[in-house]
Amino acid sequence: MQQKYIGQPVSRVDGEAKVTGSAKYAAEFNVPKLRYGYVVNSTIAKGKIIKINLERAMAVQGVIKIYTHENRPSTAWLSFNYADMDAPPGKPFVPMHNNKIVYNGQPIAMIVAETFEQARYAASLVTVEYDKEEHESDLHAHLTEARLPKKGLATLLKPGPPKPKGEAEKIYEASPVKAAGTFVHGIEHHNPMEMFASTVVYEGEKKLTIFDKTQGTINCQLYVANVFGLPFKNVRVISHYVGGAFGSGLRPQYQLFLAVMASLDLKKSVRLSMNRHQMFTFGHRPATVQKTKFGANDVGKIQAINHESIGETSQFEDYTEIVVNWANMLYPSPNTKLQYKLKPLDVASPMDMRAPGGATGLHAVEVTIDELAYQAKMDPVDFRLLNYTDMDQTTEKPYSSKELKECFKQAADKFGWKNRNPEPRSMRRNHKLIGWGIATGIWEAMQLPTRAEAVLTADGKLTVSSATSDFGTGTYTVMAQIAADCMGMDLADVSFKLGDSDMPFAPISGGSFTAASTGTAVQAACLGLRKKLLKKAQKMVAAFTEAEFDDIDFTDSGLHLKNNSGPPLSYREIVAATKEKTLKSKNMGWPNAMKQRKFTRATHSAVFVEVEVDEDFGIVKVTRMVTAVAAGKILNPKTARSQILGGMVWGISKALREESVMDHRFGKFMNDSLAEYHLPVNADINDLEVIFVEEDDKIVNDLGIKGLGEIGLVAVPPAIANAVFHATGKRVNDLPITMDKVMDYASPLV
Amino acid sequence: MNSFTYTAAPDANTAAALLTADKHAQLIAGGTNLLDLMKENVAQPAALIDINNIDGLDGITTLDNGGLRLGALAHNADTAYHPLVEQKYPLLAKAILSGASAQLRNMATNGGNMMQRTRCYYFYDTSTPCNKREPGTGCSAIGGYNRIHAILGASDSCIATFPSDMCNALAALDATINVTGPEGDRVIAFTDFHRLPGDEPQLDNILKHGELITSIDLPKNGFEKNYAYLKLRDRTSYAFALVAIATGLELQDGLIKNARIACGGLAHKPWRKPEAEDYLIDKVPIKENFEAAADIILNGAMGYKDNAFKIELAKRAIVRNCLTAANLNN
Repeated sequence: MQQKYIGQPVSRVDGEAKVTGSAKYAAEFNVPKLRYGYVVNSTIAKGKIIKINLERAMAVQGVIKIYTHENRPSTAWLSFNYADMDAPPGKPFVPMHNNKIVYNGQPIAMIVAETFEQARYAASLVTVEYDKEEHESDLHAHLTEARLPKKGLATLLKPGPPKPKGEAEKIYEASPVKAAGTFVHGIEHHNPMEMFASTVVYEGEKKLTIFDKTQGTINCQLYVANVFGLPFKNVRVISHYVGGAFGSGLRPQYQLFLAVMASLDLKKSVRLSMNRHQMFTFGHRPATVQKTKFGANDVGKIQAINHESIGETSQFEDYTEIVVNWANMLYPSPNTKLQYKLKPLDVASPMDMRAPGGATGLHAVEVTIDELAYQAKMDPVDFRLLNYTDMDQTTEKPYSSKELKECFKQAADKFGWKNRNPEPRSMRRNHKLIGWGIATGIWEAMQLPTRAEAVLTADGKLTVSSATSDFGTGTYTVMAQIAADCMGMDLADVSFKLGDSDMPFAPISGGSFTAASTGTAVQAACLGLRKKLLKKAQKMVAAFTEAEFDDIDFTDSGLHLKNNSGPPLSYREIVAATKEKTLKSKNMGWPNAMKQRKFTRATHSAVFVEVEVDEDFGIVKVTRMVTAVAAGKILNPKTARSQILGGMVWGISKALREESVMDHRFGKFMNDSLAEYHLPVNADINDLEVIFVEEDDKIVNDLGIKGLGEIGLVAVPPAIANAVFHATGKRVNDLPITMDKVMDYASPLV
Repeated sequence: MNSFTYTAAPDANTAAALLTADKHAQLIAGGTNLLDLMKENVAQPAALIDINNIDGLDGITTLDNGGLRLGALAHNADTAYHPLVEQKYPLLAKAILSGASAQLRNMATNGGNMMQRTRCYYFYDTSTPCNKREPGTGCSAIGGYNRIHAILGASDSCIATFPSDMCNALAALDATINVTGPEGDRVIAFTDFHRLPGDEPQLDNILKHGELITSIDLPKNGFEKNYAYLKLRDRTSYAFALVAIATGLELQDGLIKNARIACGGLAHKPWRKPEAEDYLIDKVPIKENFEAAADIILNGAMGYKDNAFKIELAKRAIVRNCLTAANLNN
């Protein structure tokens, strides 16, 4: 295959639709006589509903029906019917299941009215009487009650920590070089620009078309069919465009359940969308408290790694993420002890949020490593190179590829690292202390079975489809590039379709596995199509009759005999000669388990950061950052760069800005709006640079794709934290690093 | 939504009369804060009286005494970029441009800026008690999440802060506010306009129901030689001040002859302490003297769980900002 488009900075094929507004999102599909829902949320964290007063709301003009736990239609009885592809062990939350309140913000009533405004107004008139019970929402007050997580299906993709090796605690205590820390992360909410919405189009008895905001249309299709007892084929879920999701769309959210429930009950089309406050009433990145104790010998070789994490979860599901497994994947150590525990609280179940676990755990790991380097009186880059490994110590398998050393080299050169004075507080500009810090990133390169279909039509156009998702990642674009190269066609003649459960099977899109999974499926479908083309050609033209598949070049939208024994035959001609005037191939892209199982597959990054810290106020500004990423084949350097930049901005946000702050008296988030939940603004973002160090890795998959969704983020928070240390001489291990936490440490005024 | 009547008032007298006639009526100009509050069910006016069509309230004109009159309906952006404001009152221009976003400043009016409500999380969240929103229900911020709350002038009823940047400069400049109402016109000193919460935190200022602001007068002295505005916040733009300082100085022969220091983000109103300003008269503009002035300004400051850091932060901010002002043209 000639790679004409793969690897090229092709502009987003859906860019025009997005900037002109012709791209439609879940809440923008209109059908006649659409009804509008609006949700009422609980205002207590735990207890029972005694009474919901609906009289005033019912009296509002246009209100059709109000659903509560008392009158909602029955749905599936068994809990497993509510388990979606990303459901953690436990019992999934069922909206309005009964009168029990299990978290503050839980949906407890839904108004359906003729207009959105009527429904919203009526919702404001609903009052609720509760029998309040004492709730627990503060992780820090209950750390000693943490326990091991339950295991379930989700554990397959998210294994628990490996068994301890050696005597990590004892060796740590005896180590001549030691570093330890306690790392605190608050809760974060995904806050994509597009809020959750479902437009459920009632197509007749037990038949629905649903426009939903999701990272997995088939996940939602299965969920709706299971919960409401509908035939799968009667439930079509469409999600062509997703205005950001970051993991929040990996599970069906409550608006889907409620909109479908109302639609089936009323036999009408219903739309239900969340408002920004309600975006804080379901999943979140869990609060965690981590402790590290790393030890090294006299020459700086790591010999003990202790890393434990306690995270919060809900009372009904054990959400887990991989927090503590990373240190030993990056740094060989004969002694390791990794522990991961949960404490259930009266909160909504946490959810995967961009680089779940990795963005949390690597902060603790990479800051501890930085401290260990200081204790060993070594440059942080040299220290990491001394402890470098091409072998994943947890599985004792080699990495399929790992160009991390080259990442360090290129990023260090670009950044000018050699000019660094290692002494903390040694660099300044006027009132600003300057700090330079680095960190290493790692994320798994996973791949899941995915199906795609390739269809050639007589006009010479190719359409490839898969029920996968593009939530800003560039899936539309890179899949079209892959298909164009696989078929030897002009990109202009190729389109890729996604986001429809009627399309061939794709799992939820997350964990950085979409490009590899869908890319392999697209390749498989194109291969299938090429074989069919040859078969047809063999019946049409004598010169092709004897030709084997390998004798043919599939290029310029036609079949070319490599030995030039005859004229080429165009796809157009072949398709025109078929009865159906189309040629299709639907194929599964399987991970090559035989190849993959002997290796650990991962992406890596090296992040170099410069911060300015105001010496009086403790305000931290990231003035520049260089990220070098080794993530296999980069399909499209333009969309890839955007994805990494997004991760870098997110990293600045995680390190310095974001936190959902709960008032534990109410068990409620108090900064539940984009005015008070601080994401970075343009003025917070300065000089960002991305370097790709390509890897030629045929073990991960034929195309060498590893995925980029998480690797841009994971190392940024620790690199910033390490730069803040270099600037100020103090470790602030409690994220976000706000001015009050830094100020105490800045130079005293007098 | 909650139903309300809407009337566009043709002139100030009609607006005042309409307002007087209905105690649940509110004026609307730019609406950048009021519409949010209505959507959040925090404000539920029965009537909106639109004053945008009133002629003559959006001008910026020079006064015979050498001062400048800012129309109540002049937009914040037009005010900040007005040549006379830029030249003679750069402190005001800088303060305005530190607030909100370009879009909001285009919409927001000068009168409306003074009338904006606190950004206290609990004031906005109708599921929690708040004395400012519902008198008598209690203050959730005391004992709650109070990072953005007051360290000066608070009461047991309310620890909210007033969020404006523009008003910090107006306080420092000793502006006056011209209002009209059923009982005629009156002039209010800017520093008297906003009030401390006491046991009536529902009242942000001393404007009587029925009165409307027509203009703001700036005195001749704009402190354009030695001024500085500093806003410290949790992100570089589009966040309210944790601490904001407006400083104007007059220097002569190396000594301070006149000083103004107004602080935002610390109290229920822009915070000025004349004793601190008097202390600086005839002193040299050095760190030690500004520290002493800061101590006077912050005398009696009290922190809560999440905002105690603001006491030291405010002190450092006052010193830094006064030094910046003193050295502006050096």
